[in-house]
Amino acid sequence: MKDRYGLIFLVVLALTGIGAPLLNQAVPEGSALYLSPYAMTLIGKYMCYAMLALAVDLVWGFCGILSLGHAAFFALGGYAMGMYLMRQIGGRGVYGNALLPDFMVFLNWEQLPWFWYGFNRFWFAAAMVVVVPALLAAVFGWLAFRSRVTGVYLSIITQALSYALMLAFFRNDMGFGGNNGFTDFKDLLGFDLQATRTRAVLLALTALALALSYIACRALVASRAGRVVRAIRDGESRTRFLGYRVETYKLWLFIISSVIAGIAGSLYVPQVGIINPSEFAPINSIEVVIWVAVGGRGTLYGAAAGAILVNYAKTILTGALPEVWLYALGALFVLVTLFLPTGVIGLLPDRSEAS
Amino acid sequence: MSPSFLNWAGAARTWPSGGLARVGAWLSATLCVVLVGATPAIAQTPDDTFLATVGELREASFSDKEAIATRIAASGHTSAAAVLTAMLEDRLYFRDSDQHVFIITSADADPFALVEPVSLADAGTAAQDGLTKIGTNNRLRRVVRTTVARFTLASPDPAVRLKAVQEMMRSLDEQTLDLVRERAAIETDAAVKNEIVLGLAMAALTSGDQPAKLAAIERLSTQVTSDVRNRLATFLEQNPDGSFVEPDAAVRSAARSAVSDIDRIRAIYSGVETLFFGLSLGSVLVLIAIGLAITFGVMGVINMAHGELMMLGAYTVYVVQLLMPNAIGLSVIVAIPLAFIVAGLAGVLLERTVIRFLYGRPLETLLATYGVSLVLQQTVRSIFSANNRAVETPAWLSGTWQVNQAFAITNNRLYIVLFTMMVFVALQAVLKRTRLGLDIRAVAQNRSMASAMGIRTEWVDAMTFGLGSGIAGMAGVALSQLTNVGPNLGQSYIIDSFMVVVFGGVGNLWGTLIGGMSMGVVNKLLEPYAGAVLAKIAVLVALILFIQRKPRGLFPQGGRSAEGH
Repeated sequence: MKDRYGLIFLVVLALTGIGAPLLNQAVPEGSALYLSPYAMTLIGKYMCYAMLALAVDLVWGFCGILSLGHAAFFALGGYAMGMYLMRQIGGRGVYGNALLPDFMVFLNWEQLPWFWYGFNRFWFAAAMVVVVPALLAAVFGWLAFRSRVTGVYLSIITQALSYALMLAFFRNDMGFGGNNGFTDFKDLLGFDLQATRTRAVLLALTALALALSYIACRALVASRAGRVVRAIRDGESRTRFLGYRVETYKLWLFIISSVIAGIAGSLYVPQVGIINPSEFAPINSIEVVIWVAVGGRGTLYGAAAGAILVNYAKTILTGALPEVWLYALGALFVLVTLFLPTGVIGLLPDRSEAS
Repeated sequence: MSPSFLNWAGAARTWPSGGLARVGAWLSATLCVVLVGATPAIAQTPDDTFLATVGELREASFSDKEAIATRIAASGHTSAAAVLTAMLEDRLYFRDSDQHVFIITSADADPFALVEPVSLADAGTAAQDGLTKIGTNNRLRRVVRTTVARFTLASPDPAVRLKAVQEMMRSLDEQTLDLVRERAAIETDAAVKNEIVLGLAMAALTSGDQPAKLAAIERLSTQVTSDVRNRLATFLEQNPDGSFVEPDAAVRSAARSAVSDIDRIRAIYSGVETLFFGLSLGSVLVLIAIGLAITFGVMGVINMAHGELMMLGAYTVYVVQLLMPNAIGLSVIVAIPLAFIVAGLAGVLLERTVIRFLYGRPLETLLATYGVSLVLQQTVRSIFSANNRAVETPAWLSGTWQVNQAFAITNNRLYIVLFTMMVFVALQAVLKRTRLGLDIRAVAQNRSMASAMGIRTEWVDAMTFGLGSGIAGMAGVALSQLTNVGPNLGQSYIIDSFMVVVFGGVGNLWGTLIGGMSMGVVNKLLEPYAGAVLAKIAVLVALILFIQRKPRGLFPQGGRSAEGH
């Protein structure tokens, strides 16, 4: 059985993706089996995080690129979706301006900035969710990998990139709502975002996206290219001397990873109902890395499991003992790196596929 | 004391004797019972006379108050200036219960802090309701202002005289001009004299004839204040019909060249100022990065808790100030070695418990130290609360060194530059001149060889890390004077400090110094065009691009250790 845990992961995912919406929609409220909309939003959020963790694991676990800027791709995808949702509000905003979002009216802007054109169409926004993170990853990755920036240097400049984007998005003049970001969304493709039915469908779609991302990543790392990528992780110079174009492999992997992160962000925004520049904060990117480390890097399903585990713990702890959360997270960082280099997945018996 | 003051005071002193008699009569007749009861029935000493004169202000009409104010000035009493200034600034009150006159220190405070008008001693506080203000009007204030100016113009302290002249130049009229001219003849202090000459030249621009105007413009063309520049620029203005405000072409052309001279000088000064701002920002960057240059540059340890070690240093200042609230001036000095010890010990502890297990695994070190930084932040939050703590700035740090009207240097920026230089020199000395420095360099160059030569590499690792961390603590002391001291202090500087080290070239202290300074200067050069946030973003993006071109920084480390990554 080559990938037993991966299969288990997919089965659990399918059960959640079908079961959770059903428990919310088909079971009457008040029943013991009823799933509240709040719980459904949480599950949806966790699955978006799991996708992000998958993206980070793809580059870090399989190619040794520790990106501390993946939250930026996530946020960019989220912003692209947010722009679509903002334009869907139309005349229903506080100021009732059919064309301009509220914050632009508030800033006395006369017309829509050029980069907002097209976002009133879903297909355009959906394309941007993919294109914008991919473009950033392509430019950044091309520059970085071509000049062989590796290891911690790469980590530090990815972090700086994310930080610079955060500072930029905090500015009102950028045209992305400043520090308030986007919120008060009304509907998506005509479906009311407050309706539980829409949320149930969104959850199912998120589960589907996570499953597809997993399958795609799995296929990628199992392919011949995936083996080269792992070879780069274990011995970059040696792979180069063997005649492989290391930069090209790294660049494509980085772009694919950024696209997965962007899609995760675009699914995240309609479910949580807000996107603001703090999503770019360096700590977010680093937190993603710790999800992956806790779950077990280089396994994909481990990264997803880690994201869900850590975030579940975060929800419980920040609710019950807010003081303790940072201690717990900090301790988790230290203990996992010191004592659990393979993550919790490493504790499972009979892992046939150690990559 | 100057002759003119004596003359003037002497002359003034002769005439209010009639007033004195009036005071006596008035005193015995009015309700000032407490006052009189407190002192012998007949006013005798100069203090009593003075207090009585001041007391008259309570009920006098505005025109009478003018005469009284003149008499107060004429009394030559040491408190006269203080009383008149207080009156001018609406800080002269009397107590309703006993009619006693007081100066209050600030009209905003409630209750008022009272000052005894004769002795200028502290007289406790009183609620605002129980006091009535001694009112003034515009005319009265003008008279009193001139009187006060006369006083201060005769002050033995040149600084006070200078301030008085500057004050008077703001509202020149014939009366004050005479006063100033009189003073110019006998003034001995060069700065005050210069200020008077300038003021007279400014006056001549308005009232003088053509040669006087030309002479005045000539004199003013070496000045740098915006007042002078704007005044000269008015000569170049045109009326709506196209004619010039100043009809004389010679005056206009003189004014034009004077304005362009002034603009040139001001441009040079503002360039110097930008450079200095850049160097002071650069000093901050160097300071926050130099500890990291040791731990990251020399040891290769990615310490994400570096910012939190600075935070510990900043909180050390806070605690020291709590312990010695009466010696704020000294507290910062005391805190420097203490912060070094606190952060240094924290660093040694961190190295011994976490980092030493992760040598050679930089990415894991990054994650583990990030965890430590979260724990440190939360610890500080638990002990000192999540709010920012107020750290006081000592007086010697808060002043401004006014080089001239167009160029001023704030002391805290100046001291930051000096402090950074001292830290840098001290660190170089430790690395180049001490046994520990020799060991550190030996271990950094070749660990196993150093070990074979009998150096205890583990001990050296701990000491090196402690040294870098201690310097972070000292940087925290400086940051406590520049920014809010709170749990997030470290986070806002960590990215900057890494960028400086990577930009300068890992393992090279001079690279850190030059890298940090140039980043600071470039940032400040961009700020006028782009604004603070965009300038910072531009610098970050430029650095990201720079690292692509030169991945090993400005001054790459040569030799075998450079290949290690």
